[in-house]
Parts: sequence; structure tokens; C-alpha cells
Amino acid sequence: MIEIKKIAKTYKSGDMETPALRGVSFTIKDGEFVAIMGPSGSGKSTLMHILGCLDTPTSGSYLLDGHDVSKLSDDELADIRRNHIGFVFQSFNLLSRATVLRNVTLPLIYAGVPERERIKRATAALLSAGLAADRYNHMSNQLSGGQIQRVAIARALVNNPSLILADEPTGNLDSQTGDIVLGTFEKLNRDLKRTIVLITHERDVAEHADRIINLRDGLLIEDGNSHTKRTAKQAQ
Amino acid sequence: MTTQDILHETLSALTANKVRTALTMLGIVIGISSVITLVSIGQGAQGSIQASIQSIGSNLIIVSPGATRNFGYGASSGRGAARTLLMTDVEAIESQVQNIKAISPEIGGRYQVTAKGTNTNTSVTGVVPAYTTVHNVEISEGSFISDENVASRAKVAVIGPTTSDDLFGTGADAIGRIIRISGLDFKVIGVTKSKGGTGFGNQDDLIFIPLSSAQLFLVGDSIYVTFLSISASDASVMKPVQDDITALLLSRHKISDPANADFNVLNQADIVATASSVTGTFTILLGAVAGISLVVGGIGIMNMMLTTVTERTKEIGLRKAIGAKRHDINVQFLSEAVALTLIGGAIGVALGWLASYSVTSLGLLETSVSLSSILLAFGVSAVIGIVFGYYPARRASRLNPIEALRYE
Repeated sequence: MIEIKKIAKTYKSGDMETPALRGVSFTIKDGEFVAIMGPSGSGKSTLMHILGCLDTPTSGSYLLDGHDVSKLSDDELADIRRNHIGFVFQSFNLLSRATVLRNVTLPLIYAGVPERERIKRATAALLSAGLAADRYNHMSNQLSGGQIQRVAIARALVNNPSLILADEPTGNLDSQTGDIVLGTFEKLNRDLKRTIVLITHERDVAEHADRIINLRDGLLIEDGNSHTKRTAKQAQ
Repeated sequence: MTTQDILHETLSALTANKVRTALTMLGIVIGISSVITLVSIGQGAQGSIQASIQSIGSNLIIVSPGATRNFGYGASSGRGAARTLLMTDVEAIESQVQNIKAISPEIGGRYQVTAKGTNTNTSVTGVVPAYTTVHNVEISEGSFISDENVASRAKVAVIGPTTSDDLFGTGADAIGRIIRISGLDFKVIGVTKSKGGTGFGNQDDLIFIPLSSAQLFLVGDSIYVTFLSISASDASVMKPVQDDITALLLSRHKISDPANADFNVLNQADIVATASSVTGTFTILLGAVAGISLVVGGIGIMNMMLTTVTERTKEIGLRKAIGAKRHDINVQFLSEAVALTLIGGAIGVALGWLASYSVTSLGLLETSVSLSSILLAFGVSAVIGIVFGYYPARRASRLNPIEALRYE
């Protein structure tokens, strides 16, 4: 459960103050699949950093599973990220000199999970992300783009997070592979009831989610069911 | 993160760029191995000097005549040449000073010595039988000067192995043959065992004759000695014996101010200590020179770690995003630096040991690699890893994850 209230973020450089977010409020319930959409400069990246506990807001409050995380220190934020958040990045960010399995277990290493448990959980996460078992001991630079992004999804899943944050996850993929990756997210949301927040600037990518939050110039301008969801409801 | 995880991360990071890792390590290898080698050479020199001092006798106190001084501007007759140490002094010391194991009055000089068709210039010393006890002299053939020889002023001689080789040829039997010293024939009755010593005068190239014969035939009077060696009964009584001898001789020579003494009393321990302090300084100098290369190696490590941190900015961002704390990042990079220096240090110790072993086996010097220098080298390399790895690791751990993830 995510509750943000009147979140604002202003970047200062010298005397210049640049507002990136100007009071955004919304709630995301457990098990929702939400897309945050907006053109560049709309504040969606800043919002993603705050939702992902990589940054703190200038003002406003952020409750993640009931904890106020808007005023924590760097190391406390690291704790929250470790236990509650899984990231999927546009540029994948796998360690190229490590195996698939090692990449997926990395969050568990920092969480202090014992080795046997790590491998069990990593294998389960890779299966959920739809990657075949014969790839687990490959170096991650031997994989295709789609496979790499699914390894990254498995890594985001492995610590059993309250929230999976995907930042333009299809940005570096061709449309076909992109669809497979988005399909993986849909499946995780539908079958495993994962809460997923997808950040994108493309309408047709956002349409894969159930709900779309639209940002412009640091303000929320639209929050509602996606077209796909509406059509699905109408069909019922 | 467990220790095993840290080791795994460190190993995979160091093997990612093997050439760079090896070159960086080389700096530390050279630094550590030169510290080990040079310190072992320094300590070897110290050991060899101490051994050669020990070879002249044990618990030795040496009394030599000093310069006789007159008040005003009178000429000093110089050290050694002075005839201030008398036979009566020797007898007084022998009877009045406690804890003396043996006392050996000596009189000597360098003479031209001839045998059939050969000749050499060597030191001839008039001695008493106690000489062997005081100076650890052992006989390989024949016998040493006896009390009877001294009492009868016999014209007999005991020669060193080198002198024997010089006069009679290598391996020839010298016993019973005649040598000529200062125009007088002496019969060889013994050859000493080789001491192999170098440095403080060659202990193998000398000739011993009875003290009384030297006084009579070579010097021409029997009142003074040129040298007095005394062996104390125990190392612990060296100082009191030395003090007693000084006090006795001062009173016998009627000198009230010890600064004006016409003799010198030297303690073997003092000689060893002086020599040790010289070689110790020498060792420190060598170590310091090698230490400079170690510091240069450490700067190489820092340079590599800074490059690594910049190159892996994105990786650091990712690690932070998935929950690594500052401490985790810090430990990871610090352990890379420490691993570099420790592996480099181990190779350096092996190489340094090998180098000093070859110095020994080439016969240049008896070197010794001490455990303390190995431990020191390891300690220093670990400290260098921590010191020079600290700044890069701190920089890595303080990176902002958002900026680090955006870094291209």
C-alpha cells in the first residue's frame, strides 16, 4: 500500500530553484498495476526516485506499507529498498561479469540471506520471470536483450518486495521483445498479485497497466483506468 | 554480507581486468621484496660482524696501553707504542681482581718471517697458554705453547693455517719444520684450526711464540706487554671486572683523573654494541630506501582504485538501489585494495626471500630473513591497502545512487 500526499520536490542549484513536482497525491493499493505516464520534464523520473526511496521529497508525506519514508537517512532508505522495493531499469544494469544466478541473488546477499535459501529463491524468481533453467549459469552478457530484462525482473522479484518499479523497461528493446517483457509484468500482476508501477512516456506501453497516472509539469492531470481495463470491463 | 560474499566479489572484480591488477600488484611486489631483501642483507651484515667480533674471544675484556700524556704541549708518544702496561700490572690484576677465568698478556708486532725459499710478513704474538682459553683458539695439529715453553724461553712457534700454506705450501705438514723470525730459528710445534674469520684482522694468518721468548728475542726487555686480554668468568660480571681493572690500574699508575688514564679497558660487549648500532643504522637506511618504493606502489593502488570506482559508477548505483548501504560499498572496495596489497605482499615476501637466499648461496653474504621482517612487510602492505584504498572506497560509498545510475 502506497500513499503519497502533496509530494513536492524542488531542485536547487545556486539561487535557481527548479520545481520538479508541485504537490502530487495518490494511493496505490496492493496488487495494482499502475503506469505513470508523462512527457520528459513532467516529473515522472523524480516521482519514480521518490517512490523507489532513492530520494526524499522536499515536502509532503510518503507512506509505504504504513511507514513514513519521506524523512529517512541514506542508510535507512537503503534498508527500505532492500526489503520493500524491486527495480527494473531501462538499461538493465546487470553485472556483466557475473552469472545470471549471481545477478539475481545480489539483493539477497545484501539482505544477509543464507546461501542455500538464496539459490532457492533466485531459481523461483527466474522461473516466475519466464527464464529457462539452462540459462542460469550463463554470464549475463551472453544473453539477448529480452532475456537480460527478464533476469532483471527476476532480480526485482527475489526479495519479495511490496512494490516493483519499472523505469522505461522496454526503452532499449525492440517492440516484439518489449511486448514479451510487458507480458511478463502482466502475468506477475495477475498470477502472483504483485504491485507494479511502470514509468513510461509511451501511451501504448502504459496501456498494458490497469490504471494510468498522467503527469505534466509536476502536477497530476489524469488518474484513471486504462483503455484496456475499460474495454475489458465493458466486455464483461 | 558474509566474508565469503566479500571474497567472491573481490575475486571477481580483480580478475575482471587481469593485466591492470597484475601491474598494480607489481608495485607492491617490488616494494615488499626490496624491503625484505635489503633488510635481510643489513641483518646479515650485522650478524657477520658480530660473529667476527665473537670469534676473537668470549666474555673478553681488552686492556691496551694508552697514550702517555704530559702537561702542557709535550709530545704524545701515541697509543699502542706506549710502554705503560707492565708485567707487574698483569700479576696484580691476576691476584687482586675477582671473577677472572683466564688472563692472557700478549706482546706482538709484524715481522718478516722466512722458511726455506719462502717468506711472508705476518703478525707474531708472544703468548702464554691461557691465550687459547681467552681467544677460543683450537689446535688442529701438534700442540699449543706450554708453560714449560714459556718458562724455558723456548724457540718454538705455533702458526695459523694461512701462514702454514704461505710458508710451506698448501696441505704440507708444518710440524717440526723451522721458520726464521727476525734472524732466529723457531721450530713449528703446532698449527691452529681455521677460524675462517675476516674483518677484524685475519685470525688464520699469525704466529704464536712463548711470551718470554718474544720479550727476550724480539723486544729485548721483559717489563711490559703490548696487550692484555682477560676472559671474565661470566657475561654478567663483565662490567664489575672491567671497573675493578680500571680502578686497580689507576691506583697502580697513580692517576687520579680517569680522563688522563694511560691505558684503555675495552669490553667486548661494548665493541659488539658499537658495531651493532652502526649496522643497525645501515639496515634502517636500506629499509627506508625500500620503503619509498613501497609508498610508490601504494599510490599505484590508489590510482587503480580511483579508476575502478569511476568505471564502476553505474554498478555502485545499482548496488545501492537494490539495498547496499554505504558500509557495504566501503567494505567491498576497501577489501579489493587490501586484497591487492596482501597478494602483492605475499608474492613480494616470496621473491624477497628468494633474492636474499641467492645472495647467501652466491656466497656474497650470510643473509637472514627474519620472521619479524616478514610480519612487518605483511602488516605494512595491509596498512597501505587500507590507507590508499580508504579514499577511493569512501568516494564510492558516498555516490548518490540516482546520479550513479545515470552515469554513462
